[in-house]
Amino acid sequence: MRIDGKGLVDRSTRIDFRFDGQALTGFEGDTLASALLANGVKLVGRSFKYHRPRGILTAGSEEPSALVEILEGNQQTPNVRATVQELHEGLVARSQNRWPSLKYDLLAVNDLAAPFLSAGFYYKTFMWPRAFWESLYEPMIRRAAGLGSLSGQHDDAAYEKAYAFCDLLVIGAGPTGLMAALTAARAGADVILADEDARMGGRLLAETAPLDGGPAVDWVERVLAELRSMPNVRLMTRTAVTSVHDDGTYGALERVGLHLAPAADLPRECFWRIVARQAVLAAGALERPIAFANNDRPGVMTASAIRTYLNRYGVAPGRKVTLFANNDEARRTARDLIAAGVSVAAIIDSRPDAAPEDGCRVIAGGTVTDTRGRHALSQISVSHPGGSLTLDTDCLGISGGWNPTLHLTCHLNGRPTWDAGLAAFVPTPGAVPGLIPAGGAKGLFSTAACLADGRRAAVEALGALDLTAPEMALPEAEDAAYTLHPLWAVPGKGRAWLDFANDVTVKDVELAAQESFRSVEHMKRYTTQGMAPDQGKNSNVGALAVLADTTGRGIPETGTTTFRPPFSPVSIAAMGAGGRAEGFAPQRFTTSHRPTVERGAPMIEAGLWYRPSYFPKPGETTWREACDREVRMVRGCVGVSDVSTLGKIDIQGADAARFLDLVYTNTFSTLPVGRVRYGLMLREDGHVLDDGTTARLGEQHYLMTTTTAAAGLVMRHLDFVQQAFCKGWDVRTISVTEAWAQFAIAGPKARALLNSLLDAPLSDFPFMACGAVSVHGTPARLFRISFSGEEGYELAVPARYGEALFRDLVNRAETLGGGPYGMEALNVLRIEKGFITHAEIHGRTTAFDIGMEGMVSAKKDCIGKAAAQRPGLVGPAREQLVGLRPLGDQAPTAGAHLFTLGEEGEARDRSGLCHLGLLVADAGPLAGAGLPAQRPRPQGRDGAAGRPSARHRHPLRGHPSGCA
Amino acid sequence: MRITCPLCGTRDRREFYYYGAEDYLHRPAPDAAPETWDDYLHLRDNPAGETRDLWYHELGCASWLVVTRNTVTHEISAVELVAEVSA
Repeated sequence: MRIDGKGLVDRSTRIDFRFDGQALTGFEGDTLASALLANGVKLVGRSFKYHRPRGILTAGSEEPSALVEILEGNQQTPNVRATVQELHEGLVARSQNRWPSLKYDLLAVNDLAAPFLSAGFYYKTFMWPRAFWESLYEPMIRRAAGLGSLSGQHDDAAYEKAYAFCDLLVIGAGPTGLMAALTAARAGADVILADEDARMGGRLLAETAPLDGGPAVDWVERVLAELRSMPNVRLMTRTAVTSVHDDGTYGALERVGLHLAPAADLPRECFWRIVARQAVLAAGALERPIAFANNDRPGVMTASAIRTYLNRYGVAPGRKVTLFANNDEARRTARDLIAAGVSVAAIIDSRPDAAPEDGCRVIAGGTVTDTRGRHALSQISVSHPGGSLTLDTDCLGISGGWNPTLHLTCHLNGRPTWDAGLAAFVPTPGAVPGLIPAGGAKGLFSTAACLADGRRAAVEALGALDLTAPEMALPEAEDAAYTLHPLWAVPGKGRAWLDFANDVTVKDVELAAQESFRSVEHMKRYTTQGMAPDQGKNSNVGALAVLADTTGRGIPETGTTTFRPPFSPVSIAAMGAGGRAEGFAPQRFTTSHRPTVERGAPMIEAGLWYRPSYFPKPGETTWREACDREVRMVRGCVGVSDVSTLGKIDIQGADAARFLDLVYTNTFSTLPVGRVRYGLMLREDGHVLDDGTTARLGEQHYLMTTTTAAAGLVMRHLDFVQQAFCKGWDVRTISVTEAWAQFAIAGPKARALLNSLLDAPLSDFPFMACGAVSVHGTPARLFRISFSGEEGYELAVPARYGEALFRDLVNRAETLGGGPYGMEALNVLRIEKGFITHAEIHGRTTAFDIGMEGMVSAKKDCIGKAAAQRPGLVGPAREQLVGLRPLGDQAPTAGAHLFTLGEEGEARDRSGLCHLGLLVADAGPLAGAGLPAQRPRPQGRDGAAGRPSARHRHPLRGHPSGCA
Repeated sequence: MRITCPLCGTRDRREFYYYGAEDYLHRPAPDAAPETWDDYLHLRDNPAGETRDLWYHELGCASWLVVTRNTVTHEISAVELVAEVSA
């Protein structure tokens, strides 16, 4: 019901929306909750466990009951708090956890079965018979569990993540936060003021007390106008600071598009990481309910929420309101209601000495003992020192006092301190370095105290920032005392709710204590109190007060559970913004990517790189056909392949040779200029790190090649060895992988192809030579190295010429009868010659395992040498990499087993044949095995560049995987 | 978590690669006893309190750093270049 003349909503802008199919109208500035209340909708959902009718309890992000689904396009967002969701044109909301309808929900039968559904019900009930668990209990529980539901569609909406930096982050823009931000901003600090609400002002938007001689809202607007005009201030509305991390890093979630009709270019949410040198926690306080029988009926809400709906949204949540409190919040609400012309039935004040109130009945020393009403509140029972009575009412405001919103101060393992005077936990000073709690979040509940404390906190922060606070007068404000008489639960029969979201009652907590779950952490887990989306914001203190009473301890001795991040729910989609599909990892493309894709080559991932699997020709239907053709092409003619993905590290300096001798097992100081050598690199623990060729381009200039997979790893390793163990050496390293495009040209016609291309034909250029050449006038580098076993060259040009060179090389190769080849062919070519890759040197292999122990120089030290000689890393017990060829024409399958000649039949039944490159424990007896003892030594890139062996009978193919 | 690189200034931890304890800097002589090598490669303290770790500013200046950090309070008290820490 709207009250004329009240509220800050824009009544000139009407907004149409739907709830459970019903067309309703609200105003600009409404939340879904305020608009529903304005339309007289009180029943908005069903509770989690008992499917009890539920309404709206609060007016903020702590709402435990009014959770709805928002539908837009193929998006279906569950568990949206109606108190946070702003109204926008065309908003479609739906109640959840009910079937077939909100009013007639079949699972409401759970409520009748409540005596059997107490805490620990699952643990006690579903233990037997055991076979029932999988077939009956689990599917049944799964169907009943949860609140909202998802669409089942991929979330293809846009989300963002962003970073921000500031001197001072002010969390919350109520009186405390505004005053802190204003003070710091005037002092010249870079300030971010963040508030989870759509409109800044906090409680000042919801109260009628004057501020600075006029309406509080006017003061808020004046301060915001000044802050907006300052270049050193950033105001972030709809931004909830949700987590605290080390060194002044804060996580925050901004609702960017959730309050607007969906638009293609608008992200829904943005997850911020804010780094602040100092921060002020001005998050205010949350009003807590009181537990009494059937206190969860729609129409029961916190007293402060009633004032918010009345004063901010111009909505009266009831026609005849009753209030029940242990402090003065009930009176404040009653006065505002009466002034707005809303009937107040009575104030039930639990304090026996409660003073009378003008124009309103006060029941001193009274408590509410029960409520009635099927889908909404209609009547309450009251007990007071003089007897008992019933009152007809459709809205009951309750206040058990205030809890400071101190959650963020606990995120770095801080524990709050119990304040007996406030009957609440307050932040422990210094709980988070650089985070200063102030105002309501610290336990100060009058506006004047909050304003003064906001300024104090800013002055403290400015001191840490070496800035001087300007002189500023505090505005005149309400300064009422806060007195309460602790009351957590009204004794009596019937279920009294503590945790509205997870359906946990006083009885459940008492039962937990009876069954020896007396620790607050055990009670929480046994009852699930505080484990719902509101994370116990409305129930934690009440539940542990009941536990303390039941166990005969005080609240400080009982302790609290830990508040963990996030303060309010954060969608995974926002935290993972940008990480969907292709955004999951960066994509690295070689310079030949475009011509490769143009030729229809399927691309496979090699780390972050994309490399061609094979280059299909018309008529080829499988990868294998293309692969076989490409292998024959290289063996018989010439092939071209992009090898730019291999890591390239430039190493220079007078001590470059000495440095390479330290990182490689073999010697590079003896390598002549203009030559290339294969090198093996160990980790310090003696296992193989990587292999590759290194060229000596000049006396003090080397170029190292790493495998594609280990390029980053080797760079990191070289930097470590150099900085840690080579102090004072004249050597520098840098990755030049992306600076050069490099192509392998392999096959009998490789030299012919090169000579057609180079500005000067090759004369004497022996195996393992390197040197400068010129291609179409461009300086290039040529290396005579081979990974295929054929005559091979690698030609490198500055990366900007890569695409042009690839196209040219491929055209020339095709003229000669050759062409490009992909990873499949590359792997067949190299494995036929026993060249290794990271498929074999996988981190658990030693130089001995791959038959390269002879490459570990005896004449010098190197990284990994000492550890490589440890017992267990050499010797007959090690697995040994050997090359094998099958007998006959049978192609081996991946994972095939070896068998002894003569036992073929039995072996075939088991699995078949063998796979080249298989690690076998004892290769010796293979001489008489089903596979001939053709064992080419595994080798590096220059190890066996000769022709295929005369005994080669049948090329043996690997399955499509792995790459150089 | 933020680390103040002596060359680049204060940066987010995502720019750094974590390696392990500072022990890796104290490489034994090639002919040291196997126990010494075993210590160097495998045995690490797990202190509740101050620890010295190796970090690599991989997305920055490529410096290896010794970060002195408290495992209880998470406070970082010193960041030095490996190249300037005496071996």
